[in-house]
Amino acid sequence: MILTQQLVLGLLVGGLYGLAAAGLSLTFGVLRILNVAHGELLMLGGYAAFWLFALWGIDPFLSLLGIGPAMFILGLVLYWALFQFVVRAHEELRIKNSLLIGFGLTLVLHTLAIHFWTADERAVTTAYAGAVIRVGTLAIPLVRLTSLVLAFAVLTALQLFLARARWGRAIRATAEDWEAAALMGIPVGKTYLLAFALGTALAGIAGGLVSVSYSISPSIGLEWTLKALIVVVLAGLGSLFGCFAGGILLGLAEATSVVFLGGPYREVIGLLLFLIILVVRPQGLFGGRA
Amino acid sequence: MKLLLGGVLLAAGFAVVPFFTARNDLLNLGVQIFLAVSLAQSWNLLGGYGGQINLGHAAFFGLGALATRILWVDGVPLFFALGAGAVVATAFGVLIGGPAFRLRGAYFAIGTLALAEILRITVGNLMPEISTIPTADLASYSLVPRYYLGLALAIVCVVLVAIVIRSRVGLGIQAVREDEAAAEASGVGALRHKLLALALSTALVGLTGGVYAYYHVSYYPQHAFSPGWTFDAVLISFIGGVGTLHGPILGALFYVILKEFLALRLVELHLLIFGVLFILVVLFLPGGLVEAWSRARRLIGRRG
Repeated sequence: MILTQQLVLGLLVGGLYGLAAAGLSLTFGVLRILNVAHGELLMLGGYAAFWLFALWGIDPFLSLLGIGPAMFILGLVLYWALFQFVVRAHEELRIKNSLLIGFGLTLVLHTLAIHFWTADERAVTTAYAGAVIRVGTLAIPLVRLTSLVLAFAVLTALQLFLARARWGRAIRATAEDWEAAALMGIPVGKTYLLAFALGTALAGIAGGLVSVSYSISPSIGLEWTLKALIVVVLAGLGSLFGCFAGGILLGLAEATSVVFLGGPYREVIGLLLFLIILVVRPQGLFGGRA
Repeated sequence: MKLLLGGVLLAAGFAVVPFFTARNDLLNLGVQIFLAVSLAQSWNLLGGYGGQINLGHAAFFGLGALATRILWVDGVPLFFALGAGAVVATAFGVLIGGPAFRLRGAYFAIGTLALAEILRITVGNLMPEISTIPTADLASYSLVPRYYLGLALAIVCVVLVAIVIRSRVGLGIQAVREDEAAAEASGVGALRHKLLALALSTALVGLTGGVYAYYHVSYYPQHAFSPGWTFDAVLISFIGGVGTLHGPILGALFYVILKEFLALRLVELHLLIFGVLFILVVLFLPGGLVEAWSRARRLIGRRG
């Protein structure tokens, strides 16, 4: 019984893991950079939702409509100020420098967040925060279910954009082979910019959803970067729905570990899974190539 | 030659400090500089000379601290305890490096990042209590031996790295950084050289963790695994001049002294300044202070 309830909660949080990972997977897949400040960007989205609610009482689900575009703009700025210098290098150096820049960025954003918003844990507590749907003896928190559905909807919209839209196809072509894409007349620089900004917007939306169902603080960045990395490694590169599936798998694995090992090891199980996958099947569970 | 002389003078200068002053704040500052030099130089061997980014240096620092502390408090002679700390750190380093180095790109960086978090959380769960040295030792606690042990550690780190990078193995390590395929083609095994650099790097930082464990009267075991140690190592290496021998020394002096100065005035915000400085160095001055210095000299030379 406890196991089933935990698995339901794991499934619900898994959708957010998938959403957090999708942004990271997009920037990694297209720009070939690994932004280890992804979790800090997610944290910013969470604080945006928190303050919009705390100061002006704006419903957190509604404020996502503003947070998404705002984080998109932040992504443009970050790319313009930092990452455009990184993508000029060849592949090996590109990864290395992006790791270092991201690492510096985590320190900057983390320190700023503590300075402006203190180290306290915060959460958005709406009037309907405690609402649950009962199915037999299971209790399904309404906000978490809504978050899962929204995460799925955002990923579907993104998948459609990548599949159908002109710029979406440009992103996929660049991810596949940027030199060939450039020869076909695709402006690779702008495609990179767009992919990075989209990745940042995804992190922001994920952060908004995290602040509703869970808590945020300046130090959640590393934790969420690792969750996203775990999911990307689980899923392998290339598929957004792979990310969603990987996220849910991680959620379920954590839930199982909570029942059998207790709460404190919840974070460890995912990381161990991650190290094992790295060693045994680095192309990911659903991925085809390394 | 000039650098060697500078290094010897600097070490001698630090060595005579306790003869002139017994001020605890100065001695503590010295120990912090020594720990910073050792942290950064050990990171620099793998990250600077080897070109492999380790984002979990704290894991190996923490392991060294943990093993040394447990054994030493238990009554094992200090030098055996320190050695055990280095061995444990190296064992974990090779454990993660073996598989991660077979894959290219970011796998080693994210693998070490994950390892540091696993250990930090697990140690926090298993040992939530603060660790304090036994009362008997507390009465005889003296800063001066810790100061000299720290100085010896920093000298060992710098000298060992200096010897290694000039040796055949060290040249191999640098060749692999420059061009892995070309190194392999010339008979330099990439995996072997990466692992050697990693083993030595983790041994040195394990030793550094051990000295930290000997130095502090009381601390939370989890704290030695905090990502802050990785930040320190990476920031100091880059600000000073990554991939050079004197870069991490300059970086450590600059970092620790400026941090002490800024922390009093800006509290937490000093980290912001170092973070921004670090990003600027990575983007625009990849050689750090060392490169800035040689550029400035060339500029003056041209005018004169």
